[in-house]
Amino acid sequence: MIWKRSLIALPRALAFFGLLLTGVALLVVAVGPVVLGALGLGRLIDLLLVAHRGPGGGGDVSRDMLAAVAGLICCLFVLPAALLAIRGLAMLTRRLSQRWCGVPIASAYRLPPDGRGRLGYRQRMSWLLGDPGTWRDLLWLMVNATAGLVLLLLPALLMGLGVVVFLQPLLGDRPPVMFAIGLALVAFGMLTASWTLRGYAGLAGLVLAPSEAAKLQLRVRHLAQTRRETLDTGAAELRRIERDLHDGAQARLVAMGLTLDAAGRLIDTDPAAARALLIEAKDASARALSELRDLVRGIHPPVLADRGLADAVRALALDSPLRVRVTGSLDGRPPAPVESAAYFAVSELLANVAKHSGAHAAEVDLRHSSGSLRISVSDDGDGGADPSRGTGLRGMGRRLAAFDGVIVVSSPAGGPTLVTMEVPCALS
Amino acid sequence: MRVVIAEDLFLLRDGLIRLLEAYGFEVAAAVDNGADFLAAVRAGPPDVAVVDVRLPPTFTDEGLRAALTARKEVPGLPILVLSQYVEQLYARELLADGAGAVGYLLKDRVLDGAQFADAIKRVAGGGTAMDPEVIARLLARNAAEGPLARLSPREREVLGLMAEGRSNTAIAARLVVTERAVAKHTAAIFTKLDLQQSDDDNRRVLAVLAYLGQ
Repeated sequence: MIWKRSLIALPRALAFFGLLLTGVALLVVAVGPVVLGALGLGRLIDLLLVAHRGPGGGGDVSRDMLAAVAGLICCLFVLPAALLAIRGLAMLTRRLSQRWCGVPIASAYRLPPDGRGRLGYRQRMSWLLGDPGTWRDLLWLMVNATAGLVLLLLPALLMGLGVVVFLQPLLGDRPPVMFAIGLALVAFGMLTASWTLRGYAGLAGLVLAPSEAAKLQLRVRHLAQTRRETLDTGAAELRRIERDLHDGAQARLVAMGLTLDAAGRLIDTDPAAARALLIEAKDASARALSELRDLVRGIHPPVLADRGLADAVRALALDSPLRVRVTGSLDGRPPAPVESAAYFAVSELLANVAKHSGAHAAEVDLRHSSGSLRISVSDDGDGGADPSRGTGLRGMGRRLAAFDGVIVVSSPAGGPTLVTMEVPCALS
Repeated sequence: MRVVIAEDLFLLRDGLIRLLEAYGFEVAAAVDNGADFLAAVRAGPPDVAVVDVRLPPTFTDEGLRAALTARKEVPGLPILVLSQYVEQLYARELLADGAGAVGYLLKDRVLDGAQFADAIKRVAGGGTAMDPEVIARLLARNAAEGPLARLSPREREVLGLMAEGRSNTAIAARLVVTERAVAKHTAAIFTKLDLQQSDDDNRRVLAVLAYLGQ
């Protein structure tokens, strides 16, 4: 087990080493022209002084001037791209230390001021240089190139040393005990590989993890965004309800009033016509009621208020044209807003399954464990659901985000599709 | 025929009393909450009870729960449950004991007094009265595949009316055909769905509902 871990650690250390070299190369590319440019500028001044004092070296002046200007321009052009590339390397390092060493490293970069990164040069520079994350990346490059390098190469060095020691008796008249020492060194080197790799990831975490302030900033950004979206969704929902009432029940009631009025006028002169109008008014009232019922269902389904999420989902399952099996249960009720968001998410998911997936059966599982409400909806359909394409899944994600909830979609082409939602909450 | 009414909205309760009295029912008690309803039933089981799903103090499904409790205490007590909306889940719970004599209707149906009175009488007589909306959803769920797809449109219509709890006579009147034509349709339906034929109307309806509800 431990040997296997060590064997895996060696190529991984090599991969980190590769990242390190790339980072250093990027830095050289980014800062190199500045150095060259500065050298050129120095030479230029030198030569100008020489030219001032006496004849000769005219061709050199123009060449060095060119070098200085080109160096500076090159540096200014390359720097933002190089910084972004170094940021990419840092992100990769974060991902790999999570995946390979189980050391999660948070990241906290500032969003571009326009939200998308289409910036002018000056804006881009001030955005990059004003971000503590950028400086953290550069600091990591320094630490990486020194302490990181030692950690990465230590196992290899030990093993190399082991091999050298191992070969000694073959070359000269050294005692054969060197064989054993050499082998032991190689083994020890291999053993250390997984430890040093972990140490390396720990070191990366130490340098790359954002400060508390940066984390708070990130959290504030998330909260501000979800709050805005929640308010927008709420306002849109109110507008929809207002429109539905205005075009539906309200209009029908007005028509009913008119019909009843006409019936009242006709009742003595033409009882038959009045009777027909009254029947019409009754039908209109039935339709108004039915529309109001649908509207209420869309705002807050009564069965959810009556019975809570599990039974409301069971009611949804019964209404679905598919065979839907509901498993799991909840020992209490989540807070009302969470319950409602989860209900509508399941409702939308089941509607999607019925409409798009070609599935015959679906399954909904509800449970609450370790402080989170977990709901999964799976179907035996064709798969290929893409959250980035449809607005439905993304909207659901946004609504759940207001409760720090997440939605994960796994839908390979050919199926099956599994959508899992998780919302941290307590049951009462 | 003695009726107990449980409805918390004064206007509707008053309307129900007047409507039922106009159709010759005797209103033994009209209460506005679940506890009083149970007390009224215990005092002397009526021939039929009419209960609103949503009652105080919880304003959730208090009425439905009171109805289910009453059925447990007085097995086979005919109960018609009224609601502002219908849920298949609740319909199932009412039908779960397989004894029949239950109704589950939208409050809108009160608007048609004659039909409503007919539904109450049906329930009092051991039959069922399921709201067309419940049945429509049940049928929609089964329509896509399976034996139901083999029914003709007319047969599906007859099946729907039968599931609502209507007798052959009522179905014939509704569809403006002879009773014999309806009997032929029902025979065909039972053959296609592979159900046991039964002369008893109520048992026939329960078989259909059980079939649709699986």
